[in-house]
Amino acid sequence: MNGDHFLVLNPAGPVARIELHLIVVSIILVLIVVIPVAILLAYITRRYRDHPDNKAPYMPEWSESKVLEIIWWGIPVTIIAILGVYTAYDTFALVKPPEKNATPVTIQVTSLNWKWLFQYPEQGIATVNECDIPVNRPVQFVITANSPMNGFWVPQLGGQEYAMPGMAMRLWLQADHPGIFYGHGGNFTGRGYAKMDFHVVSRPSAQFAQWVQTVKKTAPALTSKGYNQLVSSQNNTPTLFYSSYPAGSFERTIRHQGGMYMQRDLTIIGASK
Amino acid sequence: MLPHYWPTPVTGDPLIYGADVSIALVSIAILFVLFYYKKWGWLWREWLTTVDHKKIGILYVIAALLMLFRGGVDGLLMRTQLAQPNMHFLESEHYNQVFSTHGTIMILFVAMPFMFALFNIVIPLQIGARDVAFPYLNAISFWMFFFGALLLNISFVIGGSPDAGWVSYAPLTEKQFDPGPGENFYLMALQLSGIGSMATGINFLVTILRMRAPGMTLMRMPLLTWAVLAASIIIIYAFPALTIALALLLIDRVAGAHFFTMGHGGNPMMYTNLFWIWGHPEVYIVLLPVFGVFSEVFPAFSGKRVFGYSSMVASLMAISIVSFLLWAHHFFTMGAGPGVNTYFGIASMAIGIPTGVKVFNWMFTMYRGRIRMTMPMRWAVGFIPNFVIGGATGVMLAAAPGDYQYHNSFFLIAHFHQVLIGGTIYGSLAGMYFWWPKMFGFTLDEKRGRIAFWLWNVGFYVTFFPQYLLGLMGMTRRIYTYPPGMGWTNLNLLSTIGAFLMGLGFIYIVWDILYSTMHRSELKDVTGDPWNARSLEWSLPSPPPHYNFAVVPTVTRRDEWWELKKSGRADVLRPTAQDIEAIHMPNNSGKPIIFSVFFFIVGLGFVFEWYAVIVIGLAGVLATMLLRSVEEDTGHHIPAEEVRHEEMALGRM
Ligand code: HEM
Ligand SMILES: [Cu+2]
Repeated sequence: MNGDHFLVLNPAGPVARIELHLIVVSIILVLIVVIPVAILLAYITRRYRDHPDNKAPYMPEWSESKVLEIIWWGIPVTIIAILGVYTAYDTFALVKPPEKNATPVTIQVTSLNWKWLFQYPEQGIATVNECDIPVNRPVQFVITANSPMNGFWVPQLGGQEYAMPGMAMRLWLQADHPGIFYGHGGNFTGRGYAKMDFHVVSRPSAQFAQWVQTVKKTAPALTSKGYNQLVSSQNNTPTLFYSSYPAGSFERTIRHQGGMYMQRDLTIIGASK
Repeated sequence: MLPHYWPTPVTGDPLIYGADVSIALVSIAILFVLFYYKKWGWLWREWLTTVDHKKIGILYVIAALLMLFRGGVDGLLMRTQLAQPNMHFLESEHYNQVFSTHGTIMILFVAMPFMFALFNIVIPLQIGARDVAFPYLNAISFWMFFFGALLLNISFVIGGSPDAGWVSYAPLTEKQFDPGPGENFYLMALQLSGIGSMATGINFLVTILRMRAPGMTLMRMPLLTWAVLAASIIIIYAFPALTIALALLLIDRVAGAHFFTMGHGGNPMMYTNLFWIWGHPEVYIVLLPVFGVFSEVFPAFSGKRVFGYSSMVASLMAISIVSFLLWAHHFFTMGAGPGVNTYFGIASMAIGIPTGVKVFNWMFTMYRGRIRMTMPMRWAVGFIPNFVIGGATGVMLAAAPGDYQYHNSFFLIAHFHQVLIGGTIYGSLAGMYFWWPKMFGFTLDEKRGRIAFWLWNVGFYVTFFPQYLLGLMGMTRRIYTYPPGMGWTNLNLLSTIGAFLMGLGFIYIVWDILYSTMHRSELKDVTGDPWNARSLEWSLPSPPPHYNFAVVPTVTRRDEWWELKKSGRADVLRPTAQDIEAIHMPNNSGKPIIFSVFFFIVGLGFVFEWYAVIVIGLAGVLATMLLRSVEEDTGHHIPAEEVRHEEMALGRM
């Protein structure tokens, strides 16, 4: 075990950093209660033992104290008020792109049984179980499932969002240095779920563009048939790259899975085209 | 009509099968002994048909301990599989079944029966009543619970176990992804036991509101009674949501409806909401009663009044309302938007406030008291640090953006085990040790109990602290294996070692019970008040006579029994010959168990989609109800003379 293994504590982007900050604030605030309780408990259980030569005061009828009660209703109320403000602030911050000035990239994510499909509507390529992103640009993940409900989680970039059939969920993440980051499905989807790990590779913009070109030149195309096979194969797969994918397959999948009833989600994919 | 499925024998993991077989063997051994000594009649008359709340309570304790064994074996199997990366001890399908039954059993068939045991054993005695408001319904509650648990447990043997987690989220649990009867077992098992739980909630609400001894005003009730009142209210409002969720999912599965699939306009998010509208209050259903236990144990063993009684009552009642307003904190990641997440986050943190207040009140109950470290007290003191940490991590989880990182990771697993084991299980054990003499007439041995406690307590921290760290390392829950190189290996191994320590602790508890039973004459409780405690049940002999109170006591203040003892007037609660009148008691009845057997048949019918069986079962259910409703005489009088004799024999007159 070493420090690098604590993925949540080693953020590689602004979203995970905001979340870590809140985690640290919350730890400090709860310790204000936990530590005194631990000390008091040790003290009380030691001091007030029932043995004949215990000189500590014994007040069997003493059972009310306005002052004490105000203190221990007051302390938790204050702590929760402070933490509540931080929580509200960060919750609203995280639904916006982490950076206003850089142009965002959109990546469409589909949870399949049992692998992750990433489609790049702007680049026209697709990948499985590996997701490459440019550094320092906000990435808008639009997430759905063609499988039972899953969760999309890359601890070093930021916390998770569910992937649900027929729905399009938006998650903003961003990497601020190049690296390879571990990701895993966040919600149980059956037999192959345990091996639904993937990684996110972040590269400087120029190298990202180069990578896109290489995939376009060297990787096979994902045909409609290939897409259907991928969806129905019910297995884990290694990392795969595709130079193209059937146009509109992401939107079609959402629609077919029930998205036709979900106005909000249709708007999201409309906006993400 | 051809059945959809034929049950195939031995579908589950051989080890689980072993656990189930050993439960079956124990049961057969008991039956054999009964048969050998020709005790069938006794079993039927005294236990299977009983409507006595004390005996029903004992049945719940036995069931809870047996199920704790089964759920514990599940837990150890999982921990063994996770001890090292890439283990081949359990394969994916088996692991998925094991964690699903583990969670379901621990919440529904361990925590719940422990609570109901407490309700049954203590409440009528504590409020000066002779039974619950609806004794016959009470027996139905037990047997519905029992057959629900049985249904889940046989799933390993016939047909296959549920394998989609104790939350059983749609659409994973829809036929499309989860064919076979396993999931139906889950749905029907919970449905049957749910009927029992609902009836228990109603029963104890009415019992507490209507059957208190004269003079026991609400604000004179012991805190356990308050806690059970609060829990009963939660049961009544929470369980319908579960019933609906399960019923709709069953209709989806057996009749091809689309309540929880996106196709045809259904929505799986509705299942998630309904489940947690029950699920969050449920955690308080299994927690508030143990809050009550601690509120009895701390004062009793500190020789001091409970601190801040009104504040305790206020926080119980606050929790019973606020617990309904937090459910969405279980799915902050479902995309409800920042406004919703902020509200549910802050509301969830807020429930930490009354909870925290209670912890301070318990500590100040001990402050300036005289602490006796008996077994119940040991579990109670052990509970405090555990629970404070569990509450603290709960508050951390409630900060929604933090939860985006903890959600469905081992951090979450550590949180809820900390509160459920550290709270519910520690409290149930404290309660078991505390009221054991009241149930059986002898106390449990301290020495063996102490070893059990320490094994369990150390084992607990060794098991679950590594899991917080694993969560922060990115390890998700419900994975049957993991690769090396993530840095997870050592912590997982440590966690597994801790789990086995807890397993050993469990064995020691069982050994304590067996040992004490063998030495019960030395451990006999002759006074009826072995702990020098405070509430009315301790004024009765241990175990109390069938009718509890020969003469119903009159209450004039809180801690009546303690105050009387203090002023040297404990004798006023002893009956005098002229005060004793004939006592009306409900008759035993075989119908509750028969009724529940028919429901079990209905359950099996739904599991395998055998419609003829469903019809037969329902006909039986209706017939028993009909027979009951035409029954004229459901009670009898114990003549005053007989009561006098009994009290004389108990040395009370
Ligand atoms: C201070 C009080 C508490 C707070 C603020 C709190 C908060 C939370 C939150 C936010 C979650 C959801 C985390 C997630 O899924 O990502 C959670 C899960 C859970 N909590 Fe608590 N909690 C508290 C106390 C308790 C208590 C007292 C119990 C039980 C006795 C409990 C049992 C559970 C269970 C069983 C789960 C997870 C169930 C599952 O997903 O399988 N919690 N808690
Ligand atoms: Cu909850």
